[in-house]
Amino acid sequence: MFKSDSFFKWLCLASAALIGILMLGFFIQLTVSSSEIWQTYGLGFLASRDWDPVNDHYGALPSIVGTLVTTTISLIIALPLAFSAALYLVDARPLIGEVLGHAIDLLAAIPSIIYGMWGLFVLAPLMQDYVEPFLVETLKLSSLPVVGKYIGSDYNGFGLLTAGIILSIMILPYICAILRDVFLMTPPMLRESAYGIGCTKWETAKDIVLRYGIRGILGAIFIGLGRALGETMAVLFVIGNIMDMPENLLSGATTIASTLANNFPEADGLQRSALFALGLVLLTMSFGIQILAQYYLHATSAKRGEER
Amino acid sequence: MAIKIQTKNLNFFYGTHQALLNNDLTVEENAITAVIGPSGCGKSTHLRVYNRIFELYREQRAEGEVLLDGQNILAADVDVLELRRRVGMIFQKPTPFPMSVFENVAYPLRLHYKLSRGELSDRVREALIGASLWDEVKDKLKASGLALSGGQQQRLCIARAIAVEPEVLLMDEPTSAIDPVATLKIEELMVTLKKQFTIVIVTHNMQQAARISDVTAFFYKGEIIETGATKQIFTNPRNRKTEEYITGRFG
Repeated sequence: MFKSDSFFKWLCLASAALIGILMLGFFIQLTVSSSEIWQTYGLGFLASRDWDPVNDHYGALPSIVGTLVTTTISLIIALPLAFSAALYLVDARPLIGEVLGHAIDLLAAIPSIIYGMWGLFVLAPLMQDYVEPFLVETLKLSSLPVVGKYIGSDYNGFGLLTAGIILSIMILPYICAILRDVFLMTPPMLRESAYGIGCTKWETAKDIVLRYGIRGILGAIFIGLGRALGETMAVLFVIGNIMDMPENLLSGATTIASTLANNFPEADGLQRSALFALGLVLLTMSFGIQILAQYYLHATSAKRGEER
Repeated sequence: MAIKIQTKNLNFFYGTHQALLNNDLTVEENAITAVIGPSGCGKSTHLRVYNRIFELYREQRAEGEVLLDGQNILAADVDVLELRRRVGMIFQKPTPFPMSVFENVAYPLRLHYKLSRGELSDRVREALIGASLWDEVKDKLKASGLALSGGQQQRLCIARAIAVEPEVLLMDEPTSAIDPVATLKIEELMVTLKKQFTIVIVTHNMQQAARISDVTAFFYKGEIIETGATKQIFTNPRNRKTEEYITGRFG
């Protein structure tokens, strides 16, 4: 009895330790494999715009910028959609709420390669034929002062905007599911008191429910952010895979994940090291966001305890 | 005394379950009307018709007439948001909004009026004074409303309700989650407030009803069994059921 318990304990400990060792292993391996690039460029690698395999010059900035911009676009699109959808689901008639809720959950089960294919064959042509002409020729966004040049006027359906839209659809179900739970946790009496002083549904949602659940909402944002940062397949197909610094939202660009997927097969020497370094940057970014999210949730749960 | 609310033949349904049966009730202006009765008798349900808060729930439905100053508030063309400004509500538990003490009171003011910054802070101060909370919070207006004590939170909710100058205050067991000392304070406050407002309070606490109310209505199984001056109800009830309840034989 005692012996088997002890065995079980060690088994569990080993399993738990394995996770930690793997995590550490990733960092060490990426650091070691990328050491050449750090020795050659130092931290300047992160700020350099050059990616020129012919002359063996490598810089991370275009990939980092592409990653951050697509992620930001995806959050800007997904958040309001997820917020309104979650609000609706909470208040909807039971049957409708359940069916739609499951449909949104199912979106999360679609493999990202499917999103990629759909992006390539459906979304990119749609963007090229309808959305981008509308933005550029009808709304003339590119002739706006200041921001116009960041929107751009040359389009072909691929680029940062299209990639951001694909990502937003991918992270939507995750954010929506968490927001729905956050809204369900709002005490009914608090919502009733908002209605009781003459709030409309919208006012109650944005001023009371949103404030009450702000921490959970931030958690949802972090989860969405984490997913969007590392997504490879869906982005790869629609971003254009241009290794230059993107000039505007309609430019073809690249992200860290798609740079890695595209270049590893033929890479060796310094380029291989540069790719490992990009991997390390991506891992650090996602890791940092996770830690920030964990820290935030932990810090705020303690604070909540004090308030109640 | 003038009549503020006249309820005629009010029936209420949760889905198919009927919770109120043919309620007739007269609420006098500038008086405190206490609604008493055992748990589940429909007291809160009745109260929640007066500001149409029940409409938040799809399966709930009211039939009949509730006349506020002669106008039927259950009519389809009533502006519900304005109705809820005129008829404020206080809940079983304090429900301060997740914002500062000042913002808690300023929020409904901004919702209903366009005020300058100076007017706004004047109105907030008046409301906090009106809820006899000003002296306790004047130095921490920027603190979170959730940081106040339970009794203070409930008075903050009263300040929030009276800030928009309602005519009627509905109180749904406002002291059930509050300690006895804070309860006494709120009771005193209510007696002061009735000079300005018409108050309807649902209470489980019969001493409370006897202490502060002018008129008492006794509910039992969704029906109003007896209504009368509080003194008469508690000393000389006409109905046997009322007598059994106030003498503590059930409930």
